[in-house]
Amino acid sequence: MDAALLIEKSILVLVILGITLLIATYSTYAERKVAAFLQDRQGPNRAGVFGLLQPIADAGKMFFKEDLIPAASEKWLFIMGPGIAMFTACMTGAAIPWGTELHVFGYTLNMQIADIDIGILYVIGFVSMGVYGIMIGGWASNNKYSLYGAIRASSQMISYELAMGLSIIAVVMMSGTLSLKEIAAQQHGINWNIWYQPIGFIIFFTCALAECNRAPFDLPECESELIGGYHTEYSSMKLGFYLFAEYINMFISSAVIATLYFGGYNFPGMDLIDSPALLGWLQFIVLFAKIFFFIFVFMWIRWTLPRFRYDQLMHLGWKSLIPLAIINMLITAAVVLLRNQTF
Amino acid sequence: MMQPLTNRSKQVVNKEMTFMERIYLPAILKGMAITISHLFKKKATVQYPEVQRPIAPVYRGKHVLKRDDQGRERCTACGLCAVACPAEAITMVAAERNKGEEQLYREEKYAAVYEINQLRCIYCGLCEEACPKEAIFLTDVITPVETTRNNFIYGKDKLVEPLNARIDVSKRQSWRTPEQQS
Repeated sequence: MDAALLIEKSILVLVILGITLLIATYSTYAERKVAAFLQDRQGPNRAGVFGLLQPIADAGKMFFKEDLIPAASEKWLFIMGPGIAMFTACMTGAAIPWGTELHVFGYTLNMQIADIDIGILYVIGFVSMGVYGIMIGGWASNNKYSLYGAIRASSQMISYELAMGLSIIAVVMMSGTLSLKEIAAQQHGINWNIWYQPIGFIIFFTCALAECNRAPFDLPECESELIGGYHTEYSSMKLGFYLFAEYINMFISSAVIATLYFGGYNFPGMDLIDSPALLGWLQFIVLFAKIFFFIFVFMWIRWTLPRFRYDQLMHLGWKSLIPLAIINMLITAAVVLLRNQTF
Repeated sequence: MMQPLTNRSKQVVNKEMTFMERIYLPAILKGMAITISHLFKKKATVQYPEVQRPIAPVYRGKHVLKRDDQGRERCTACGLCAVACPAEAITMVAAERNKGEEQLYREEKYAAVYEINQLRCIYCGLCEEACPKEAIFLTDVITPVETTRNNFIYGKDKLVEPLNARIDVSKRQSWRTPEQQS
């Protein structure tokens, strides 16, 4: 590997990580603002203009809080829990194509950190690893509520991963590749996967909500019955890591949804633009616009729907989404087969 | 049957859900339409320190111990306000006026210490009604925020009206009928 590539990739990693963290930080602000606006309130508006410095104040507060480790907890696992949650959340961004190419100062940057040909498997793999962070944290706390939250989280995530995987299989069969770059490239212009996989999208989106522990599937947290669920015993930045990981997951989920179903960086009329430099930037901007829209939808849903009951959650996962995903997969398979034979 | 208060009440029935209801999506979309419509509605918030809600002319806020037209304290420490106070928020220590203090106190007896605990006070205005000397009044000033409990015990330094900044309490009094004013 030559040094130039190494430097290019390191810079890209740093930039993407920085953007991820920045967006996660400001998602906390956006969440509060969206919640407020949907409830006819103002939201945070005291720290800085429009309260824009609020996330920085919150982070500062988090750092200066007393960091408690319960005496009866498994100390190392207790520390590891939020670490794993954060690590897995940050890792997923590597396989997502953030655009095609970006021309900066005469260099041409490939906007994907790692073009793995099993990209989507890599993402799903790391997303499912995320449950370990919650499970280990909840178990190590040595607290009934934490344990309940952790058990709920693990069973919920395992249940919804199935339907999620099945809905992805349908997309993968259609595009004939596991590489996220290829999947994005195939949805040129407005030839987006959503037109072919509307049911798959609804299943995937529902599962993404459950995977991110977002309302209406925020049972692992469940502050009204489990006092915060798996992070009951956490304080200071360890708690901050868990909350932060949730927002990073939300960002990454939005990116994956945009890439899989909404054309990633593609937009209608992209062939009309001659300059590749301008096109590169536009693609980057379009992808982020789509991501922000989905982050907003995540929040919009959170402030609309009440939380599911645990049995309802399991019913929805096992009795509705998985059969629906299987049917969707079978129909897709049949159509793909017929199309390949006729053409 | 009870008279419904609004026309939004619905009879609860335990019927089987139809297919459309069971797939949730129409209901979810309906709910989302309702929440998004609130995005564009007027915010209910009043930005408090900068904007203040209009208060009624008869609003009962922070107390003031009035001085008379010559600038002498009217309070004679009779204790009727403390007796009238249902929250027992008022305490006072009376003292006798010495020679040469006629410019300070109107009567021969005055309140050396006069304290109102603003945390106990319920702003009912009974002290004002009990006062025979028209010394204590409730103003339209909202009691400001403090960070310690001790600061809420207002002494004479915070209660007695300053000589150079007289407080007008007539707005509240003018709402009373002439019989009550006398």
